[in-house]
Amino acid sequence: MTSKIRVATTSLAGCFGCHMSFLDIDERMLKLVEVVEFDRSPINDIEHCSSNCDIGLIEGGVCNSENVHVLREFRKNCKILVAVGACAINGGLPALRNFVPLEECLAEAYLDGIGVENPQIPSDPELPLLLDKVRPLHEVVKIDYYLPGCPPSADVFWKFLTDLIAGSEPSLPYELVHYD
Amino acid sequence: MYEHLETAKRTENLKRIVVDPVSRVEGHGKVTLMLDENNMVQQARLHIVEFRGFERFIQGRPYWELPVLVQRLCGICPVSHHLAAAKAIDQLVGVDPVNLPVTADKLRRLLHFGQVLQSHALHFFHLSSPDLLFGFESDINKRHIVAVLAEYPDIGVQGVMMRKYGQEVIQTICGKRVHGTGAIPGGMNKSLSTVERDNLLQNIDQIIDWSISSVELIKKVHCSNLPYYDDFATIRSNYLGLIKPDGALELYHGGIRAKNDKGETIIDHVDYCRYNSYIHEEVRSWTYMKFPYLLSLGQQNGWYRVGPLARVNNCDFINTPMAEAARLEFKAHSGEAMVHSTLAFHWARLIETLHCAESIKALLNDPDILGQDLLTQGEKRYEGIGVIEAPRGTLFHHYQIDENDIVTKANLIVSTTSNNMAMNESVRQVAAEYLSGRELTEPLLNNLEVAIRAYDPCLSCATHAVGKMPLQLELIDAEGNLIDKLIKHGNGQVERNCVS
Repeated sequence: MTSKIRVATTSLAGCFGCHMSFLDIDERMLKLVEVVEFDRSPINDIEHCSSNCDIGLIEGGVCNSENVHVLREFRKNCKILVAVGACAINGGLPALRNFVPLEECLAEAYLDGIGVENPQIPSDPELPLLLDKVRPLHEVVKIDYYLPGCPPSADVFWKFLTDLIAGSEPSLPYELVHYD
Repeated sequence: MYEHLETAKRTENLKRIVVDPVSRVEGHGKVTLMLDENNMVQQARLHIVEFRGFERFIQGRPYWELPVLVQRLCGICPVSHHLAAAKAIDQLVGVDPVNLPVTADKLRRLLHFGQVLQSHALHFFHLSSPDLLFGFESDINKRHIVAVLAEYPDIGVQGVMMRKYGQEVIQTICGKRVHGTGAIPGGMNKSLSTVERDNLLQNIDQIIDWSISSVELIKKVHCSNLPYYDDFATIRSNYLGLIKPDGALELYHGGIRAKNDKGETIIDHVDYCRYNSYIHEEVRSWTYMKFPYLLSLGQQNGWYRVGPLARVNNCDFINTPMAEAARLEFKAHSGEAMVHSTLAFHWARLIETLHCAESIKALLNDPDILGQDLLTQGEKRYEGIGVIEAPRGTLFHHYQIDENDIVTKANLIVSTTSNNMAMNESVRQVAAEYLSGRELTEPLLNNLEVAIRAYDPCLSCATHAVGKMPLQLELIDAEGNLIDKLIKHGNGQVERNCVS
């Protein structure tokens, strides 16, 4: 058991589409878990990275203070940190809000929206602080690999992970690289 | 019921407990409890703590981008957002659902059945089955799909393959499994070839068989523990969803039906373009997720549940034979007009899965599905509203544009938002009935999460954001001193740290 590769995953300001694409390796998952053990991940109840994670896969950009904390936890505990998908690499679609003042986004949802009652901006201390802009991961921590795509296909995950697990430098054939 | 636990009368002298994050759901939420000196729960809340701002930042974009933009709200049900937006922009090019070419309409339905099938399979097998197979308070090391694959390989593999099939339906029509393109204003962008149709037909009987055995499995799990499954997190509520004109279960297009807890009709066959005359959303300070309610019943009593339980409760019948037989058995088990058991969401979800599998087969065998007439157009309009039954419930997309085809206003009510009050009510029920007065343990916490998980919440959709925080529970006394602390470590170990 101890010789298994530990893989941690998380989704920050993403949509879970990259995680879905990872699960799209389908029955190959059975082969993967012969050599991989999942650490912290949304598919289990482990909430903190162990200190000896081999690979961290991070989907989504950074949009609030909690995202920053989680990202730093992953960097601290994972030997290899991977920015997975468009949002992790450059902020992706959520970064469209970078062109609009945050106050206006909040006002649209909670003050001026259609059918909104009791208009107010949620402000409870339980709610973490929003960042002014949505940031890519590499602006916060060092990233070792980037898997492009919205989302990267299941074959990208498979090729990347099997290369790494085999101890070789991962390389993606041209047809697997998409910037959609 | 448990509304009094939403806000404690006085918060001073209360202990605060946090469950953060709620795991094995899509997105990021946390639960806070406030306890008095006897550990009796005085306040319980499910908070949605992230915010994206889609409704604002899509303003200024051309409307034809909407189906591919807004599907990125959610990687789990992207097709539902894609199609809700498509139905809205159909109207912008002057096309009402009845005028959509038959083949385009059927391709969209096929696509959506694939979406609901894969999402339901994901939720049941990958996320919830560990609770249901190993027990709500089971060892953390078992609470994931890998353990299910190891200990119940038949069930685990079945789940993986059912999800795979739904994803293949989506990929065949949209080109990609996640965030593809299929719907365009007034129709679809490509037809289905005979080869593609035959490929999908090859495995559909196996998928139907597995769907049947899934219904049998959840029925066995539910009924072998009947009083507990009927009572746990259970609340009486109104139910809302789309319905076919003949009263049949509907996932793609229909009027709005709402029934109360006794099964009496509140509204029926309402044109969803008038949704704003029936439903408003209340904002509360402590969560980014709003609280929709039926205007006629008011903020206090007008909240409702959506999703599989609401749909199976609300419909008069299901128009595929095996799912209908399963529905009759489901309704009979409760002895009431409406099934209120929150855990029955799982059962209803698998009945719908079977309905999807049966419907996919019927559509694949329908000659219309291979048609080439995919697109139509009418007079430009300035407002479009698209509503669909997403896997998790009724999904509303509403857009206004200007003379240059630029979006000027947007309103989205996603499925999970409609279940906001209900999830909070279920959390309060579990807190009051199962946790109040007891000592904190990690497995006990999972009970709160089991309650939330039954709704299959997509908090990613609801806030258009996701994230994670460490799981740590703190018990703080009236003076603000930390008296007890539970930490769940990365390896799954739970450490108890008694401070005083």
